[in-house]
Formats: sequence, structure tokens, C-alpha cells
Amino acid sequence: MAGPQNLTIALSKGRIFKDTLPLLERVGIRPSDDPDTSRKLILDTNEPHIKLVIIRASDVPTYVEYGAADLGVAGKDVLMEHSGEGLYEPLDLGIARCRLMVAGRPGAADGPGRLRVATKYVHSARAFFAAKGVQAEVIKLYGSMELAPIVGLADCIVDVVDTGNTLKANGLVPLEHMADISSRLVVNRASMKMKHEAVKRFIAAMRDAVAGGTEEV
Amino acid sequence: MAARDGERWLLPVGIEELLPPQAARLETLRRALADLYHRWGYDLVAPPFIEYLDSLLTGTGNDLDLQTFKVTDQLTGRLMGVRADMTPQVARIDAHHLAGEGPVRLCYLGEVLYTRPDDFAGSRNPFQAGAELYGHGGAESDIEVLTLLLETLRLSRVDDVHVDVGHVGIYRALARQAGLDESAERVLFDTLQRKALPELDAFLAELEIPAASRRMLDGLVDLNGAAEEVLPQARESLAHGGPEVMAALDDLATVSRGVVERMPGVSLYFDLAELRGYNYHTGIVFAAFVPGHGREIARGGRYDDIGRVFGRARPATGFSTDLKTLILLSRAESPPATVGAIRAPWTGDAGLHAHIARLRAGGERVIQELPGQAGNAAEAGCDRELVQRSGEWQVVPLDVAG
Repeated sequence: MAGPQNLTIALSKGRIFKDTLPLLERVGIRPSDDPDTSRKLILDTNEPHIKLVIIRASDVPTYVEYGAADLGVAGKDVLMEHSGEGLYEPLDLGIARCRLMVAGRPGAADGPGRLRVATKYVHSARAFFAAKGVQAEVIKLYGSMELAPIVGLADCIVDVVDTGNTLKANGLVPLEHMADISSRLVVNRASMKMKHEAVKRFIAAMRDAVAGGTEEV
Repeated sequence: MAARDGERWLLPVGIEELLPPQAARLETLRRALADLYHRWGYDLVAPPFIEYLDSLLTGTGNDLDLQTFKVTDQLTGRLMGVRADMTPQVARIDAHHLAGEGPVRLCYLGEVLYTRPDDFAGSRNPFQAGAELYGHGGAESDIEVLTLLLETLRLSRVDDVHVDVGHVGIYRALARQAGLDESAERVLFDTLQRKALPELDAFLAELEIPAASRRMLDGLVDLNGAAEEVLPQARESLAHGGPEVMAALDDLATVSRGVVERMPGVSLYFDLAELRGYNYHTGIVFAAFVPGHGREIARGGRYDDIGRVFGRARPATGFSTDLKTLILLSRAESPPATVGAIRAPWTGDAGLHAHIARLRAGGERVIQELPGQAGNAAEAGCDRELVQRSGEWQVVPLDVAG
């Protein structure tokens, strides 16, 4: 094949983008625009065959699964919610670390009757409570989870917790630890096979970058 | 809930219909493939669209259960399923209806229905085509069906095909040697499917299995790449895998060599941790990909003994694909049948009737203009017309101005 194979990498704005940049820098990839100031959704890099697409965090698995991007960076929380196949998760980037937790007012999970759980992570919450043998009613919300127990919409919430300050500020406490979360490098199944040279080289370089080394792709 | 006025034309999510000229392209391809399979010695079967669920879900287990629409048979009270895959039906036909110990070659072309959109571009009603070879357990029959799959894609004018080849027997043998219980095997399977290396390492480290098993299972996830690189690497890292694993690697070598000999220039990729269809596949598995399409466009492999529940366990191997996906990816032009047509007037002239019949018998497309119709002949796709000159009907180029 002539020249390097093109690679498209899907990233989400915010913490994941900020934490991925130094890793990309270590493998010699620098975006030509800053997504916080640019309105572009596709960013060129110093490597002509590598492009970055900037999308919502929860869309990253979908883009990569359907091959709209060859690779992506997605939080383990998002991947646990994504039920599709056709996605590889070969590398833990160790960035954007947090915990997926059950939280609520102290003792909230012990009340009588059916437990009502408010969360963005419907799939994970359902699986977690089912494994515990608890019948839970899961309510899908899109944000401001902490409000739900306060206004009586739910008994507890399932959400990612970083410092725990938002919980504390709203009178909630962590009740149970569900999973440790960090971001993974995800790869489209077809790209892994059709562009395996470029993809494998990129994964290897990123692995070194995570370990602290420097290697150009 | 009834449809709102103005939305009655809406089809259910994922349900597709084909309009001109796409429907004609599908039909042209369907005919060409039926001819191709015939020339290769594969007999056409036409299984029913619906049948009892317990025969439909045989062998493939739960993989198809969720994908199958179910209805109750009013005559027997038994559950029937609308086929989501024709392969189990064809296996039933081989096991129950066709006697003889020799190889049986069957092919099928027909619509299937999914409860939920699957990988084929979100469609719930793909048009499945496939071929199955029963009664031979060697790598040669795998070579034949994989070559026929490539021939199918070539005839469909789908270019730049990459084929991914694996062998579920390798993982199966390693898992058995390690003595994994069912739940551990399920976790390991899921982890390998996602090539989730960090989780794999953590999971294997906790298992109480022999160190050699751990090393080999861990190494499986890296055994992917170009055929000529992966095989030597696999022979080394799986050296203690036992005779089953070695036989599987030999199979892979034979199949890849055989396919490359028949289809020079084919791009083969090996992935020994690829376990799609692991519940019913028993040997070689393969899938075809093309650039720009993130999902596989065809798949297949060996699934020996699927016919056991129908009374006859036989070796089996085959493939299937979706023609609706293939016509979207195809570089073929629209079929020539829709390119030109002959306009004919509407008169009671017997000579005209005879002339039209002759033209049609000769393969021409003749469109008679109806009295008082709206629109003209050119709009109907006509490029010539039948006119009467000195008492004779003859075909002349369409007079656009007239």
C-alpha cells in the first residue's frame, strides 16, 4: 500500500481531550486547532494521515463501532453502557480516572419497598442491582443526578464520582463502589483488520506513551 | 397506536423496501448468484419464511433467539418464528430430507427478518444469500466455500475485499485444557471478544490455572495480522497447546494457501482471538470487510453436527451475506434492461400486436402509450418508438420534438 494508512481518532471535548493530548504529543501527534476555541468538528494534525473528530463522550463508541472513526478514546463508564459488538478495547490509557458509585442520603438504599435509582448509566445500574439480588426501578436522567434524591424523585443515584464534592454539597454520601473508571483506547473491528499495520503501530506507541516512553508513529 | 394522518406511508424502523432501479439491481444480482451457485454444483432450496421456533433456533442457540420474531400458531398452540437466518433451516433440510452420505451442496436466496437492526447498516429485513456444504470435514470444503464467497463478492462487483480468518477450535481447546468452569469461560470469552487486554491480564492473574495455559490464553489476543506473520508466531507461542491446537493451525495454513492459490491477490488477515458465532461454530470462521464500511459484509465458517437434533450429525461449512448491502457497495452499473425502451401507440392494429410480441420475445422493453395518458415517452424511459410507415411497423429513434 502506498503511503501511511489514514486514521481517524474520535475524542470528546473536555477532560478526555485534555488528558489525551499529552499522550498524543508523546507519540508525535499534535492537533492544528484547539477544540475549545475552534468550531471545527474535524481537526487536522501535524501528521497528514491522522485526523481527530470531536464528538460527545457518549457518542464515541457508536462512531467507532460503525467505522466513522477508526479509533477513539472513551471512558469505561460509557463503554459499560454501550451494548454493541464490533469494538475492541485494547488499552487502558489510565486517564480521566474516577469511580462509578451508588450515592444517596445516608441509609437511602435500606428503605422498604422497591428501590428507585436515578442515573445516566441505566444498563450498569440495572446489572449491578440485579447481581446483588435487589429489584430496582431505574429512572433515566441526563444530568444533575444529585438533585433526584433531594426532591424525592429517587432513593439513590448511580453516577461517576471524582472528588465527591458535588455529593457533599448536596448532602449525599457515597454508598457503594461499583467500578473504577478510566479511559480506554477503542478500535473499530474492521479497521483493526483492514488497517492493521497502522492501527497496531498506533496502539503500541500509545502503550509506550502510557508507560511513560516516547515513540513516534 | 394508529398512524397519524400524513404518516401512513411510514415504514417501521429498519424495514426497507427497494424502489426502481435498486430493486432491479437486487434482482439482477440475485439471478446472477443463483446461476453462479448452480455452476458450482449447489442446489437451490427455498425454506419457508416461518416455521416452528424450536427447529429454527436449533444449533445457533441463544444467538438468534432475541433476533427472531415469534407468533403463536393458531392451529397447534406452538410458537413459530420468522426466520432471522436461513442457515438452520438449510441444515434441517440436509439432515432430514436429503439422504446419502456424500457431500450435499445447497444454496439459498431470500429475505430474513430481525427483531432489531443488526450490523447490516441497521436493516431489519436483509436479503440473505448463502451456500452450505455438508458431509465433508476437511479443510478442502472450507477452501471451497470461502472461495465461493470471494467469487460471490467479485461477481457483485464489490472491490478491495479483506478476509478475516480465525479458528474457534483454538480457544475452545485452550479453555478446556485450563479447566475453566462455565462462568469463567464466559467472562474470558467476552474479554477476548473486546480484546480488552487490561481486563484480560487482571482476570487471568486471578484464575488458578497452569502457567502455560495462562500464557497461551493471554497471547491469543496478540495473534492477529497478516497470515504469513501470524502463523509462525502462533506455532511458537501455542507450542504447548496440544494436538487439537496444532491441527487447527494446520487447517488455517491449508485454507489460506488454498484460497490464495485460487484467488491470487486476496487480502487475508488472521485473528486467532476472533470468536464470533462461537456458540455454534466448530472450526474455521471467516468474515469479509471492505474499506469505508465499518462492519463485516459477509461471514461464515464450519459448524459441524448442527443437524444432530434433526437425526443426522454431519460436518458442515458455509457462508452467508446480504444482497442489499452488496448492491450498495457494488460498482456495477444499473441493469441494461432499464436503460432503453420502445414506445408503441395504442391501436387495434393486429400487425402492431404481432410486432410488439416479437420485440418482447426478443428481449426488448416495449411500453404502449395509453389513450389520453399524461407524460410522454421520453419520461417513461423510451429511446425509440414503433411507427407505421407505408403500412409496415418499424422501430425508429424517438422523435423527441414530436
